Amino acid sequence: MFKIIEARFLAENIKLFEIEAPRIAKKRKAGQFVIVRIHEHGERIPLTIADSDVEKGTITIIVQGVGKTTRELNLKKKGDIILDVVGPLGQPSHIENFGTAVSIGGGVGTAIAYPTAVALKQAGNYVITINGARNKDLVILEEEMKAVSDEAYITTDDGSYGYHGFVTDKLQELIDQGKKIDFVLAIGPIPMMKAVADVTRPYGIKTVVSLNPIMVDGTGMCGGCRVLIDGKAQFACVDGPEFDAHKVDFKNLADRNKMYHKYEQEALKHFEEKCKLTEKINTLEQAE
Amino acid sequence: MNQLTPKERMKIPRHSMIEQDPAERSRNFSEVNLGYTPELAIEEAQRCLQCPKPTCVAGCPVNIQIKDFITLIAEGDFIGAVKKIKEDNALPAICGRVCPQEEQCEEACVVGKRGEPVAIGYLERFVADYERESGKIDVPEVKVSNGKKVAIVGSGPAGLSCAKDLREKGYEVTVFEALHELGGVLVYGIPEFRLPKEIVRTEIDGLKRMGVKFETDAIIGRVFTVDELMEEEGYDAVFLGVGAGLPWFLGIEGENLNGVYSANEFLTRVNLMKAYQFPEYDSPILDCHNKNVAVFGGGNTAMDAVRTSLRLGAKNAYIVYRRSEKEMPARVEEIKHAKEEGVQFMLLTNPVRLIGDDEGWLKGMELIKMELGEPDESGRRRPIPIEGSNFTVDIDVAVIAIGNGPNPLVTQTTPEIETSRRGTIVVDPETMKTSKKGVFAGGDIVTGGATVILAMGAGRKAAAAIDHYLQNGAW
Ligand SMILES: Cc1cc2nc3c(=O)[nH]c(=O)nc-3n(C[C@H](O)[C@H](O)[C@H](O)COP(=O)(O)OP(=O)(O)OC[C@H]3O[C@@H](n4cnc5c(N)ncnc54)[C@H](O)[C@@H]3O)c2cc1C
Ligand SMILES: Cc1cc2nc3c(=O)[nH]c(=O)nc-3n(C[C@H](O)[C@H](O)[C@H](O)COP(=O)(O)OP(=O)(O)OC[C@H]3O[C@@H](n4cnc5c(N)ncnc54)[C@H](O)[C@@H]3O)c2cc1C
Ligand code: SF4
Ligand code: SF4
Ligand code: FES
Repeated sequence: MFKIIEARFLAENIKLFEIEAPRIAKKRKAGQFVIVRIHEHGERIPLTIADSDVEKGTITIIVQGVGKTTRELNLKKKGDIILDVVGPLGQPSHIENFGTAVSIGGGVGTAIAYPTAVALKQAGNYVITINGARNKDLVILEEEMKAVSDEAYITTDDGSYGYHGFVTDKLQELIDQGKKIDFVLAIGPIPMMKAVADVTRPYGIKTVVSLNPIMVDGTGMCGGCRVLIDGKAQFACVDGPEFDAHKVDFKNLADRNKMYHKYEQEALKHFEEKCKLTEKINTLEQAE
Repeated sequence: MNQLTPKERMKIPRHSMIEQDPAERSRNFSEVNLGYTPELAIEEAQRCLQCPKPTCVAGCPVNIQIKDFITLIAEGDFIGAVKKIKEDNALPAICGRVCPQEEQCEEACVVGKRGEPVAIGYLERFVADYERESGKIDVPEVKVSNGKKVAIVGSGPAGLSCAKDLREKGYEVTVFEALHELGGVLVYGIPEFRLPKEIVRTEIDGLKRMGVKFETDAIIGRVFTVDELMEEEGYDAVFLGVGAGLPWFLGIEGENLNGVYSANEFLTRVNLMKAYQFPEYDSPILDCHNKNVAVFGGGNTAMDAVRTSLRLGAKNAYIVYRRSEKEMPARVEEIKHAKEEGVQFMLLTNPVRLIGDDEGWLKGMELIKMELGEPDESGRRRPIPIEGSNFTVDIDVAVIAIGNGPNPLVTQTTPEIETSRRGTIVVDPETMKTSKKGVFAGGDIVTGGATVILAMGAGRKAAAAIDHYLQNGAW
């Protein structure tokens, strides 16, 4: 049982939680994640540890409501309980002083990239951050990112804020300007990570992505999280989640992540109907 | 009962298990075996010849006093019988269900030399169930605390039995488990229809009532290393019962297609995450209704997976195994049950590749016929592919059940613990001591995938050695 100490929305549908988990807080390193199960009937889902506070004994997660479990989680408030939180899982990010390091985050990927950007800064890198969102309202962690960056850029698909375009457009621009880039970390939707890999490949820039396959246990026991790296299967939960972007089979990952599409839709529909019903009952009760 | 002569005893036919009807059970998750009635149990017990030198006992890896407990059953003292078993086996309701009896106690029973052996496993199961259902389970007496702390890593049969023995001796015992549920393979691997989870829960409740502490969601090697358990958390000794939970794949083309599972994932989704009750439970599993499902392998895990697929609605459920039925490592009863339920066996057949469509979904498998050559190191005849015998079969779901290796989470973070080339932990077979002072190991992490009873025996052996070590301090 893990208590929520703090909960607030960062943007529509994206919520930050600070959770009491002293042991994990003490041990976690940048790039690692936890697996969360909200209740007895719940699914186990992986979420990156965005931050931690050893003194307070808390970890921070940032959750985008994309389906049943994440939306249900985002209904939780300060003081509520999460049934299971297990971690820290996965290999920590490989951090060294590369020289100039670019951290690229797309959507909620910004939250996942944040701790690694911090670590890259601490290791002495010149840190450039490029964070993309569909529009201005969906930009998250702007201040936090600025604080760890030597140069910070925000891109929006619709141009409502910052640079008008995709994160890869900005990255290409930096390269074209002759900026010597030694390392790129890219975290976000699969098409974005693939696009970043395609941009850096011709220049031979070392590029790392954090992969998000479907997981169950997170301990190497089920093999459901296997991804193809250089044609060979690796378990993202124990061998990753970070891998060399130029060796990842993104098509296989994208295909595999669609495996339960039908069921996810069904679960979400059930959930939304249930939410509506609860809402109705609440309004009726209030009317009485 | 003393009126019966050995001849008369030999004349009593072995009582078969009362089972759910195959057609019905292959579509539900309730237990297949329904158990003996008291009358059947007494009659079956009368088949035992009360051998002066009972060979059956040597056949049991933990040397249960089989003759004695069967005598008590024949006298109608079921509770006495279960107490007798529990002197050597902490988990009789479980072992009575899942032990490969035909290769162990029953194989060694003299009655079996001329007919069918005494149904030792069924009798063991009967008295354990009788005790549980009567609600009269005794909580074993626990000695006053001796102030020493032992950490048990893993809540499978090895960890549970080690915890029980140490607690009885007065140690402060904490079990750390990575998953959110306790029981190891007993809860995430072996299906409900073979081992109801209620039984595992009852056993664990018993341990809790004895004062064993349990911490779920606690991965050793991550929240604490073994060194930290001993140096910072104050544990005087550590037992590693972390099992062999790393699934092997075949290494053939197409294994990453949608629809291809490891047996661990397939069974975990169904058993631990209750995916067969989706959407009441949130974890999904691919719908097998009217689908063709192929399971690769011939062990208990393969039988569990294939029979689970039938219960999920599969139209055709295949076992693809590269040797013949004789070489199958699964329990004889599981193979029999699988056949009765309609599983189709493709023997002497091996997968060559899995075939997919453009969107990455599994569509079929290419197989090749095999023949048996000379025996290999394992003593089983080596399967050799018959060139040109390839053929394909349409399938929608494939489950790979060719075994598991040791999970390196603990050993990676504690390099002082010596491992074998295969990654299993090396121990002294008498004391279960590892190469690191104060650390013991047992069960599948030492042997590689084996059996519940061997894991349990190892846990008990380690408990005795831990007690010895902590009482006199010598390593
Ligand atoms: C290592 C890792 C770190 C992650 N960190 C974060 C994070 O910090 N913040 C965040 O918002 N999201 C993160 N995710 C993604 C998050 O786990 C999924 O969004 C979540 O599982 C979706 O569950 P759902 O029931 O809400 O949605 P669903 O409707 O069930 O699924 C939506 C999509 O999420 C993916 N998904 C579904 N089930 C799982 C599962 N059990 N495991 C992994 N992916 C799944 C699938 O691609 C699916 O198409 C991370 C994923 C991984 C693998
Ligand atoms: C599907 C299936 C069917 C089987 N059928 C039979 C059968 O019919 N008869 C039979 O005798 N045997 C059977 N077996 C084999 C038997 O289940 C195993 O030999 C036995 O469970 C091994 O016990 P164990 O205690 O060593 O490990 P496990 O039961 O594997 O338990 C190990 C536990 O340790 C936990 N763990 C691992 N790493 C860590 C860590 N770092 N920190 C904390 N916890 C950790 C795991 O989550 C797990 O719960 C079957 C196995 C499978 C998979
Ligand atoms: S524990 Fe297993 S081998 Fe031993 S008597 Fe019971 S069923 Fe037979
Ligand atoms: S060997 Fe068979 S007949 Fe003899 S004591 Fe054992 S169970 Fe009874
Ligand atoms: S999530 Fe099960 S092995 Fe990675």
